[in-house]
Amino acid sequence: MYIYDEYDRTFLLQRGAEFRDQVERRLAGALTEDEFKLLRLMNGVYLQLHAYMLRIAIPYGTLSSDQLRMLAHVARRYDRNYGHFTTRQNIQYHWIKLEEIPDAMADLATVGIHGIQTSGNCIRNVTTDQWAGAVPGEVDDPRVWAEIIRQWSTLHPEFSFLPRKFKIAVSAADEDRAAVLIHDIGLRLSRDKAGHLVFRVMVGGGLGRTPFIGKIIREDLPSEHLLSYLEAIVRVYNAEGRRDNIYKARIKILVHEIGAEEFARRVDTEWQAIKDGYLKLDDTAVDDIRARFRYPAFEQLQDAPFELAAALMNPAFARWHENSVARHKIPGHAIVTISLKPVGGTPGDATSEQMEAIADLADKFAFGEIRVGHEQNLCLPHVRQRDLPELWRALDAIGVATPNINLITDIISCPGLDYCSLANARSIPLAQELTERFADIERAKKVGRLHVNISGCINACGHHHIGHIGILGVDKNGKEFYQLTLGGKADEHAALGQLLGPAVPYDDVINVIERVVDAYLELRESEDEVFVETVKRLGIAPFKERAYVAG
Amino acid sequence: MSLVKGGKRIEDSFILIEDDAVLPDDGAILVSAARLEADWSTLSSRVYPVGVVWPNNRPVDELAPYLSALSLVALVFPIFRDGRAYTQAHHLRERHGYSGELRATGNVLRDQFLFMDRAGFDAFEITKEGDVDAFIDALKRYTVFYQPTGDGRTTVLRQRLSARRAG
Repeated sequence: MYIYDEYDRTFLLQRGAEFRDQVERRLAGALTEDEFKLLRLMNGVYLQLHAYMLRIAIPYGTLSSDQLRMLAHVARRYDRNYGHFTTRQNIQYHWIKLEEIPDAMADLATVGIHGIQTSGNCIRNVTTDQWAGAVPGEVDDPRVWAEIIRQWSTLHPEFSFLPRKFKIAVSAADEDRAAVLIHDIGLRLSRDKAGHLVFRVMVGGGLGRTPFIGKIIREDLPSEHLLSYLEAIVRVYNAEGRRDNIYKARIKILVHEIGAEEFARRVDTEWQAIKDGYLKLDDTAVDDIRARFRYPAFEQLQDAPFELAAALMNPAFARWHENSVARHKIPGHAIVTISLKPVGGTPGDATSEQMEAIADLADKFAFGEIRVGHEQNLCLPHVRQRDLPELWRALDAIGVATPNINLITDIISCPGLDYCSLANARSIPLAQELTERFADIERAKKVGRLHVNISGCINACGHHHIGHIGILGVDKNGKEFYQLTLGGKADEHAALGQLLGPAVPYDDVINVIERVVDAYLELRESEDEVFVETVKRLGIAPFKERAYVAG
Repeated sequence: MSLVKGGKRIEDSFILIEDDAVLPDDGAILVSAARLEADWSTLSSRVYPVGVVWPNNRPVDELAPYLSALSLVALVFPIFRDGRAYTQAHHLRERHGYSGELRATGNVLRDQFLFMDRAGFDAFEITKEGDVDAFIDALKRYTVFYQPTGDGRTTVLRQRLSARRAG
C-alpha cells in the first residue's frame, strides 16, 4: 500500500474546496456550462444519458480495505448501492446528483481518494499490473514508478489543457497485464546489463476509431530520466498535436502523421535541453516514494499446505483454485482474482454489500489490500494458501467466486447505451446473454482462454480491438448492429483484431459467437492451442465461412 | 477586460497597433508577430518599449532573435482549453531565458490563473471582471504542489524531505 500523509490530505482538501466553489459558481451562473464542463471533467464528473456520473481514480489499481469500504459507502449514500469498475482501474457511479458530488468527494478524501484527472484533456490516472508487488519475476514494483508519474502529472500546470486525453501505463513483469502497447505512453521496466532500472518507451498506442499499437521510441531510458523524458514527450504533443479535429487529436495521430522516428527526434531535442534539470530523479526522491509503499510481513510458509491439499478434494473448490488463483512470489502465498462477471450480471459491477464483504475478507485474509484490474475484476494480491478454502467459501457466498477468469464469460464491457450518451448500441445485455449461453463452466473451460471485449461505440471503452473476440456496436438506420473482430490481443504481443465480416443485428450476435467458438473447437490443433493462436494460424477465413451459416 | 500584474490591477501602458496603422512617435506599443518581423529595423531602434502578440501556433524559437529588444510578450489563449501557450511560456522562460513581461491574453479565466502563474506568466488580461478580485485567492488556493516547474514553489517531495531533516 502507498501511505498518504498530511501533504496529500491537504492537497485533497484544497482540491475539494476548489471544486465546491466551481459548482457554486456554476449554479450561480458565473461559469458557463462550457467553462464548467472541463472543470468538472477534470474532477471525474460526467453528464451521461440519465444523470451525472462520477468517476473515481484508483491509482495503479491499489485499494486499502478502508478505501473499498468508503467506495461502498458512496455507492449506498449517493448512488444506487453499486459501483462499476472500469477498464482503467477506476470506479464509476452512474446515478449521482451534481449538488451532492462535493459531499461525496469530501467523504472520499477522508481516505485519500478522489476523481482528479479521471477525465478531461489531461494526463489520466496512471495504470499498471494489478499483480504488482506480488507476481514472481517482476524486475521492480511498477507502482513505485506509477506513483512518481502520478505525482508529476497531478495538476500539471503545463499539461492540463492538452489536445486530448492522455493515458500512461507501466508494466514490469514478463507478462504484460497493463496493456502498455495501447496507451498514449507505454512504459516497460527492465534492468540493463549493469543492473540499472531502465524503461522501454512506447508512444502512440490507442484504440478508439483509429486504433494503433504503440511504437517504441526509446530503449533503455535510465530511470532517473523518466520524468524529463515524459515531460519532453507531452510537451511536443501539447505544442504540435492537432486541435482542429477531436478525432485526430490524440498523440497517436501526430506520431502516425510525422512518423515515429521524427517524433522521437523532436522529443530527443526537447529532452536534451531539460534532462539534467529539476525533473531528474535522484535516489533520495525515488527512495522516499518507495519507502512509502508498505508490504505485508509475510510469514515463512510452504507451498501446498495441508489445508489446501484437503480442500482440493472438493471439485468446486478445485475448479475455482485452478481458474482464479495464481502463483505468488512468496512461498505459501497466492494471488486471488475475484470475478465480477457472474452469469447474467453486469461486468465490473459490485454492490455496496459485496464491496464491504470483500474489504472484510481482505482484512482477514489478505493484509487489507485489494487490487482492481483492467479486466474489471478485483484481486487479493497476498493471500496465505492455507486460507484459500475459507476465503473461497466466503467469496462464493457473496457471488464473486465464478471460476471464469480468462474464459469466454469473463467479458470486458463498456456501460453502453444503457448509460452512455456516446453509445450506439447496448453492451451490457449482450454480455449478460453471452454469459448465459456459456453458463456451463465445463463448456467454457473446454473452450479455454478467450477474451471477449464489447464496446457500444467506436470510442472503444470496452477495448474491442484487442479482444480475442471483439464486439463493436454500430448504428445502422437506427438499429443496433454489431461488428465482430477476431484475433486481437492486449499483451506484450499486442495486436488488433481483424474484421470477421458484415455486422449482424443484436439478436444474431450470440449465435454468431457460438458458431465461431464451435469452429475453433473443430479447428484447433490441440487443447493447448488457445483460440487466439488458432486465429493467428488459420486467419479469418475458416471462421467467417462457418460464422454466418445458421446451423 | 482588466490587466493584473504583481497581484494588482494596473493600467495597460502598451497600445496595440494594428498591422496597417502608422507607428506613434512615442509610448509603449504592442505589435503582431507579422509586424514585428516586417518592421524589425524600425522597431529594434525604438526608444520606447515594444511588445509582441505571439500566436499560439508558432514555436517561440522563431521569436528568439527578437527577444532581447522586447519588453513584453503576449501569448494567446483563443479559448481557455487550448493549452499551447503554456508550453510557449515554458520555452520562453527556460529555453530562451526571457525575463520580461509575459502576458496571458485571450480567454483568461480564474480557474487557470494558477496554472498560468506556474508556467511563467506574470501579467494577465482577465476576461471576466468578476475574476479580478479573485486573483490573489486563486494563487493561494493550493499550498501543495506535486511537480517542479521551475517556478520556485517547493514540491511535496522536497517539503517532506526537508521536514524530515528538520525533525
